[in-house]
Amino acid sequence: MKSSTNREIHLNALSIGLATGAYALSFGAISIASGLDFWQTQTLSLFMFTGASQFALVGVLGAGGGALVAVVTALLLGARNSLYSLSLSPVLQLRKGHIPVAAQLTIDESTGMAFKYSDSRTSSRRAFFATGISVYVLWNIGTALGSLGASQLSDPGMLGLDAAIPAGFLALLWPRLVNSSSTENRRMIAVAVISGLVAFLLIPMLRPGLPVLASALVAVGASLMWGKKEQPCG
Amino acid sequence: MWMTVIVASLGTYLEKLLGYLLPHSFLERESIRRMTGLLPVSLLAALVVVQTFAVEAAVSIDARLIGLTVAFIALLLRAPFIVVVLLAAVSTALIRWIGWLP
Repeated sequence: MKSSTNREIHLNALSIGLATGAYALSFGAISIASGLDFWQTQTLSLFMFTGASQFALVGVLGAGGGALVAVVTALLLGARNSLYSLSLSPVLQLRKGHIPVAAQLTIDESTGMAFKYSDSRTSSRRAFFATGISVYVLWNIGTALGSLGASQLSDPGMLGLDAAIPAGFLALLWPRLVNSSSTENRRMIAVAVISGLVAFLLIPMLRPGLPVLASALVAVGASLMWGKKEQPCG
Repeated sequence: MWMTVIVASLGTYLEKLLGYLLPHSFLERESIRRMTGLLPVSLLAALVVVQTFAVEAAVSIDARLIGLTVAFIALLLRAPFIVVVLLAAVSTALIRWIGWLP
């Protein structure tokens, strides 16, 4: 029983790693197309290691948004990782020495797997680390292959790489719109549509990169509004 | 560029670390939980729009929009991430090659 659970965990971890590794190919290519070099791209995958923030950083830089706006956008997107580590901490009950490594492996995929097996602490830890390590290794291999491939191209626009960027963001957004309850889904879709509209209207008014940051106010506004409505029970 | 890469990497690492160091009671603040859940939705949606339509600080309707539409359809059909991105790139390149849109 126990070894079959372990096998299942390892198999899941490997397939999640392969899937994210495949999309690291596109990250590597897009980062090069945005003007970063091979080692800057690889440094992001080795040390930042959180997909949406990495895509956002190179996307904003490539669009001429400037360093500060790019960093703030990446950090706002990465804020959910704090939430993940906060909720994982009582589930995994890690020793102090393991926390620095666990922190780096705290991403969407490893958190999801840790909660999937949260009935048992051992399984949960195993799921978290197996997924985290598998994604880390394959994400970095994928990044290297993608950026090496793209370095060979003369004009990234010719291959439609500039369109791969918004497509990548849409694919990252998608599971947040379709994977929860129907009320929650409608809210998420409403927030997404309004944010997109706000950003669109602001394109001609603000410096590149700032329309995206301004859209964060939609999330802030929506969470305050829905928070008030649901307050009565305390 | 290196400075940006290093500062951003350090910042996102500290974000990850933060949750392990804070007391768990922080999570009971519903407003914090809701806001961190909604932030990626807002930012990603805005990034989709800006990366599709913006050229510097101007709106442009070009072949990227075809790529995004193809990506949308691929996601409706539950295609995996890499397929979505590839289809968007290939369709955009094709439209440009035919010369329908810049």
